[in-house]
Amino acid sequence: MRAGSYGAATVRDWEWRRRGHRLGFEGMEALRLRYGRTGLGMRRSNVSRFAGFLALAGLATGLGLGLTSASAFAQASGAVAPGTSPSPEVIAPIDWAMGLQAAAGPVKDAIHDFNQLVLWIITAITIFVGVLLLYVMWRFRASKNPVPSRTSHHTLLEVAWTVVPVLILIVIAIPSFRLIYYQDRAVDADMTINVTGRQWYWHYAYPDAGNLAFDSYPVATADLQPGQLRNLDVDNPLVIPVGKNIRVLTTGQDVIHSFFVPSLGVQKYTIPGRTLETWFRADRAGTFYGQCNQICGQNHWFMPIVVKAVPQAEYDAWLEQARQRFAADQGAPAPVVAQSGVTQPGGVTTVAELSR
Amino acid sequence: MATASHTHDDHNDHGHDHAPGFFKRWFFSTSHKDIGILYLIFAVLAAFVGIGLSLLMRIELQTPGMQIFADGQAWNVAVTAHGVIMVFFVIMPALIGGFGNYFVPIMIGAPDMAFPRLNNISLWLLFPALVLGVGSLFVGGTGTGWTLYPPLSNSQYQAGMGLDMVLFALHLAGASSILGAVNFITTIFNMRAPGMTLHKMPLFVWGMLVTAFLLLLSVPVLGGAITMLITDRNFGTAFFDPAGGGDPVLFQHLFWFFGHPEVYIMILPAFGIISHILSTFSRKPIFGYLGMAYAMVAIGVVGFVVWAHHMFTSGISVDTRAYFMAATMIIAVPTGIKIFSWIATMWGGSLTFKTPMLFAIGFIFLFTMGGVTGVKLSNASVDVILHNTYYVIAHFHYVLSLGAVFGIYAGFYYWIGKMSGKQYPERLGQIHFWLTFIGVNLTFFPMHFLGAQGMPRRYPDYPEAFAGWNLIASLGAYVSVASFLFFFYVCYRTFTSKEPVPANPWGEGATTLEWQVSSPPPFHTFDELPRIR
Repeated sequence: MRAGSYGAATVRDWEWRRRGHRLGFEGMEALRLRYGRTGLGMRRSNVSRFAGFLALAGLATGLGLGLTSASAFAQASGAVAPGTSPSPEVIAPIDWAMGLQAAAGPVKDAIHDFNQLVLWIITAITIFVGVLLLYVMWRFRASKNPVPSRTSHHTLLEVAWTVVPVLILIVIAIPSFRLIYYQDRAVDADMTINVTGRQWYWHYAYPDAGNLAFDSYPVATADLQPGQLRNLDVDNPLVIPVGKNIRVLTTGQDVIHSFFVPSLGVQKYTIPGRTLETWFRADRAGTFYGQCNQICGQNHWFMPIVVKAVPQAEYDAWLEQARQRFAADQGAPAPVVAQSGVTQPGGVTTVAELSR
Repeated sequence: MATASHTHDDHNDHGHDHAPGFFKRWFFSTSHKDIGILYLIFAVLAAFVGIGLSLLMRIELQTPGMQIFADGQAWNVAVTAHGVIMVFFVIMPALIGGFGNYFVPIMIGAPDMAFPRLNNISLWLLFPALVLGVGSLFVGGTGTGWTLYPPLSNSQYQAGMGLDMVLFALHLAGASSILGAVNFITTIFNMRAPGMTLHKMPLFVWGMLVTAFLLLLSVPVLGGAITMLITDRNFGTAFFDPAGGGDPVLFQHLFWFFGHPEVYIMILPAFGIISHILSTFSRKPIFGYLGMAYAMVAIGVVGFVVWAHHMFTSGISVDTRAYFMAATMIIAVPTGIKIFSWIATMWGGSLTFKTPMLFAIGFIFLFTMGGVTGVKLSNASVDVILHNTYYVIAHFHYVLSLGAVFGIYAGFYYWIGKMSGKQYPERLGQIHFWLTFIGVNLTFFPMHFLGAQGMPRRYPDYPEAFAGWNLIASLGAYVSVASFLFFFYVCYRTFTSKEPVPANPWGEGATTLEWQVSSPPPFHTFDELPRIR
């Protein structure tokens, strides 16, 4: 199901590019139209690097040509969808891990590849500077070079180390611009979920599924079941169907929180009085962990997020059961969590009202 | 680059020198040198609190679970105090008030700052500010992070006067900074010795000039923002409360309009110090002097139009994100110019590796590392998963804890002989460097990994999966704290040293005016204005 929707978009995008539109001579709106729907060209790390090299070369021959080729390359390799794992996977932080969390959807896939590109570049720069420093320290130590030169200018060199960083930045910026427009919002969202951060739990509402809304509280350490992760598991995860583009509307009720699920490549503040939009899609069934990521008081560290992606049939079944289970919660005011010296505001507009 | 036509250390007329009593000299001081030293003492005092708090934090984070903090609020209070104290009461007073006050007038050949009594007020405003800031810890504190975002900083969520005390502390520190900035700008523009054109000014003075402008233009915005916060908290206004027509995001814009220039305020003076040290110990003039000076100006100017890169997940529109992303990346260019010019300064030189030079070279490498992670973070696309994580903590500690602080240490070892007339013990200084270098890298490098894995900042307790690197970071923090304590031993040995310091202990590489006068310089530094060729 996932490959299908992706494939359709692939063809559309491919035709867009074949018509010969070039980057650099069009407005941001056109860019958004072009790249907003799919993240093609973002799906393979070597593709991004390839795009980078091409962009560099393209400065001599024209940027557009290079990018078009990069896109074509992306198209060729992007046609092969990554294998869909049949068993649900769990993506949570891993001890001693050094890289990003694994990707569970296209947004994070794209971030991954872009991150890889930038990581290569900045690692190379750091090593270059480090090696230069070591060489200079060794070669020009006083015992070896007792008479210092008086050179204090070298125009060509100075121009070079101004221009080369600019070129490197362009290499980084081009895929980055495409990516932020891709990440911005779902053009064809299949469903909407309203997320409200509250002190200190999450409130999820499914406006497409009637009035379904429920709270998601963390599981206290004492109540953990075997296999549950301390400070990460919740009582009611956010359940979503696999392969569907999910529009997320966040809003705040008390203070600012941040809805942050690394493996889905999604983060947005939940701000009182505002509704912000973002989107994600899980391409594989699984359980994806996140945590509140904006300081929100006493229990900031204890309001984790669990997103559970399940196949459509399972999702439908869950929806049916959830409607009954959470029926009692509908329209009920948020429970007041009493803390010393901290009070809850009353009468706050619900997410469902804000999003209409 | 600037050389006095004749030296003055040989004919100090002590009859003209003031000899005020202890109290009058240190408490009513209008001498830029004494005020500079007081600023440095102040920064060290504040550093005890700031570093002490970070030690507590690393003890807490050493293993998962709540260790020593009572609850999340106590933790948030510590985190906030660490940030506020380090920024406003350690780094800024040390670099700007301390080294800036002491050396800017000397380097431009002026007898003192333009407004000596204003200078005194700038200093003494900081003491009540520090008292308010540290005092707030004992009346509930501020559990918002140093960014003070409402609604969390509203009276509803942060009751009690702890937060108000911090806001007034910031007001006092801000007033101090603004007065100091006015003083520096006036001094640098009007009191340069004959022949010292702007383009002959030492780079440290350039750094201070740009810093002073940044302060003058950004701190009032912070003042406005926190005044609105004070009235929101205490007088029922609703600038940042949506229920009253206000907007929490407005505060973020105002805060970061100040907050981003603030990070350059903390690093530009260090840039200047590093330039002098590299030139001195390479026995070579600075490479690309004009490029270096104008790179700092460019960083200062562009630094004012990048603030919303701190708000990529606050809901600013995608076109806004695109602009702030592009503007932020541009800063990498002048920064690159500086890094490479520093290396080119060393290239072809005759390098000696005294302690200040070690700190300066360490600064270049570590600042590069902090800089390139900044390039990554500037991309709103990746910032979506790195914002507010330990990756950010690693990034800004690399540029501040390892950048600005290395700049302070480098400046200390470079100038302590000049300021005190007593030289530091070289071997101990080098041991201090290596201890610090190993400690801070051990502390902050693993934080990149934690951030990549998504560990959010401002967490006193974390899932078990973050335990490994957190343990390493805590061990590194203990080494760092040990190095800080070792620094006091170095100070003790320095101030009890009997070895007199000549006017210029560093040899022909040290060309700026402070090396033309005795160590320490006489009360009025110059009996007659030096002429710059």
